[in-house]
Amino acid sequence: MEQKTKVIAEDGKQEIIITREFELPLELLFKAFSEPELVEQWMGTKVLKLESKKHGSYQFETSDAKGNVVFKADGVFHEFSPNRKIIRTFEMNNAPFGVQLEVCDFEPLTDDTSQLRMHVIYESVAKRDQLLKFPFAQGLNSAHNRIQEILSTLKQTH
Amino acid sequence: MNLRRDVFQAIADPTRRAILLLVTSHSMTAGAIASNFDTARPTVSKHLQILTECELLEQEQNGREIYYHINAGKMKEVADFIEPFRTLWEDRFTALETIMKTYKSK
Repeated sequence: MEQKTKVIAEDGKQEIIITREFELPLELLFKAFSEPELVEQWMGTKVLKLESKKHGSYQFETSDAKGNVVFKADGVFHEFSPNRKIIRTFEMNNAPFGVQLEVCDFEPLTDDTSQLRMHVIYESVAKRDQLLKFPFAQGLNSAHNRIQEILSTLKQTH
Repeated sequence: MNLRRDVFQAIADPTRRAILLLVTSHSMTAGAIASNFDTARPTVSKHLQILTECELLEQEQNGREIYYHINAGKMKEVADFIEPFRTLWEDRFTALETIMKTYKSK
């Protein structure tokens, strides 16, 4: 299977570039980043707040089945240009990874396809490398489980 | 202490990454490696010990000298270390695509 999502993490740099082509028109791709109920679905987290505008802020929170909060993150938008660009900060609470700056460029490819390029800059090389390792510990399984949940919800409603 | 060390802890250090780069093309003695750094010799020795313990470097005896060379197999393992992170985003974006295709058809 072809890998649609590409990650470039050059050795010794404090940045990551994530690119992905979507079989979605540009407007739909962008909408998935700006509507709280859509972000909730694909990020697999509760969106407590999402002010999709310049100087707006956002808050994510995920709880386990018992109601314990297992993930909390927040940030602010520095630029919010519909169908074009989002610049925002992102910080995981109670985690040692610091604040990251995310520059997201949205581009149309054809009428039905589009591309996202996320340039993520970390506080230091060490923090970036630490975060890259993080999915080893817990990101993977939870991501797979989440996809399963989403797919089964979709099956039920359609 | 002779515990196997964490590979990622090993490459998180800039001096150790510089050492790995140095010995990429040819094997070198500890002295030759140390002469490339301002750092004190014992510090470089410590770095070499860590890199050897986590198998990024291999030692080879040549007469009285010990030469260090890179362990290509282990380096490849490290190159793959972003794969879980990539998979995490791949899963998120695949979910995004699925959700938005459904959204479109509504």
